[in-house]
Amino acid sequence: METSIWRPIIYLVGIMAFAGVNAAYLGWCERKGAGRIQRRPGPKEVGPAGLLQPLADGIKLMTKQLLVPQGVDGIIFRVAPVIAMIPAITSMVVIPFSGNIQARAMELSVLLLFALASLAMIAILLGGWASGNKYAIISSARAVSQNLAYEIPMLLTVIAIVMISGSMNLRDIAIDQQGGFWHWNIFRFENGHFLYMWVGFIIFFICSIAETNRAPFDMAEAESELVAGFMTEYSSMGFGLFMMGEYLNIVVGACLTATLFLGGWDCPFGQTPGVWWFLLKIYILIFTVIWVRWTFPRTQVYRLLNLSWKILIPFSLVNVLVTAAFIKVF
Amino acid sequence: MSIKVKTIVRQGKSLQERLYLIEVFKGMAVTFRHFLRNFLDNSKLYVRHYPEVKPEITPRWRGRHRLTTHEDGSMKCVACFMCQTNCPAKCIQIEAGERTDGRTEKVPVKFDIDLLECIYCGYCVEACPKDAIRMDTGIFSVTGYKRESMLMTMDDLLATKGAFSEEEYKKGGA
Repeated sequence: METSIWRPIIYLVGIMAFAGVNAAYLGWCERKGAGRIQRRPGPKEVGPAGLLQPLADGIKLMTKQLLVPQGVDGIIFRVAPVIAMIPAITSMVVIPFSGNIQARAMELSVLLLFALASLAMIAILLGGWASGNKYAIISSARAVSQNLAYEIPMLLTVIAIVMISGSMNLRDIAIDQQGGFWHWNIFRFENGHFLYMWVGFIIFFICSIAETNRAPFDMAEAESELVAGFMTEYSSMGFGLFMMGEYLNIVVGACLTATLFLGGWDCPFGQTPGVWWFLLKIYILIFTVIWVRWTFPRTQVYRLLNLSWKILIPFSLVNVLVTAAFIKVF
Repeated sequence: MSIKVKTIVRQGKSLQERLYLIEVFKGMAVTFRHFLRNFLDNSKLYVRHYPEVKPEITPRWRGRHRLTTHEDGSMKCVACFMCQTNCPAKCIQIEAGERTDGRTEKVPVKFDIDLLECIYCGYCVEACPKDAIRMDTGIFSVTGYKRESMLMTMDDLLATKGAFSEEEYKKGGA
């Protein structure tokens, strides 16, 4: 693997570019998508079809002043947006974009991804806590309880995948699903896994929406009740980094879903596997996340926790049990 | 006469609805239909691109004021002070002078409307016995960079043209 010094440099630049373009343009996609769903045009003034809007927003955010209000914890306040951004970019190191495009094929990469996903929650906690604002603190408390509740069913569904693939390496999991959509974990034909794996997929998808704090589970930045939640006191690029971190978390969530359930870079019909299929899959998933956001209203906190503890966790536990039974019996 | 009773069917009690999952997909189908329709044809929108596309103003709508003239261009206003007296916001300032064209005895030499004071109630238009002041210019966006620019003098008021024909204006109930 370690052939030359250029490999890490090229991957670093590539991952940064991918992350930057996605963080900037998913905002545009989101606004355009929202416009289409709500019979509005979306951004259209800056550039053709508003395509230069992210650039204009970026320049605006960067040239504004980063206000640090009195009474905030200065260091943590400044560090939190960076912590929001770093785990999302770091996660991309282990994501297999294709059979030969992956920065590092680590064993236990699934575990690493979940550890980094928890760090994103710490950013929200620190940002809200350091702000010294009651809305921000309520938002942080909600985010922590929500993330704790949703990590459990998410990990349980992943355990089912790991049991089937026999590996915690994302690359091995993806290679295990090659050869057409009937090999993908969601429709896996062998051992009859297709009978119940779609339940796991739905649980995982719901959890990934909740983990990335997206509507209808965006309790952390419920703007109608909490101003902007943990981002209330942030201005300029502090706010910008939180926004970019949010979008990058969505990208990582989509990559993870595509790798674990949808066969990674595999073609649905068994021909021409490649990075284009992976990108197609993650953008369909990201579109679904945006689509869900503009379809459903926000839930309430207790309903959110009820959904996790009373429905998703029992279902995912049964999912693990059934998976074990199917592996053993067939 | 008996009271009409309309029984509203309670939603959300059937098993299908309590399962949520099916209804969730139905809801997503609805938004996807909207998405697709607007994706293919983005012209039928609920929103108006305001600075480029102006809304249609009806003749009854009270916009910025103007002073009307006879066919020969002389002012209809006779400086009777009815509008100034009737104005609840006290935004009209008239100074009368002698009229030389022989139509009447008086004519305003100064007719100022302070648009910052004006509440656009239209009482001046109703009070006017000579139909000399109207609010039919259709100008709804009254903006300026200076306070002084918001003071309409007699020349400004005379220079503004009405946005509607005489018939349309009369039909509006004036």
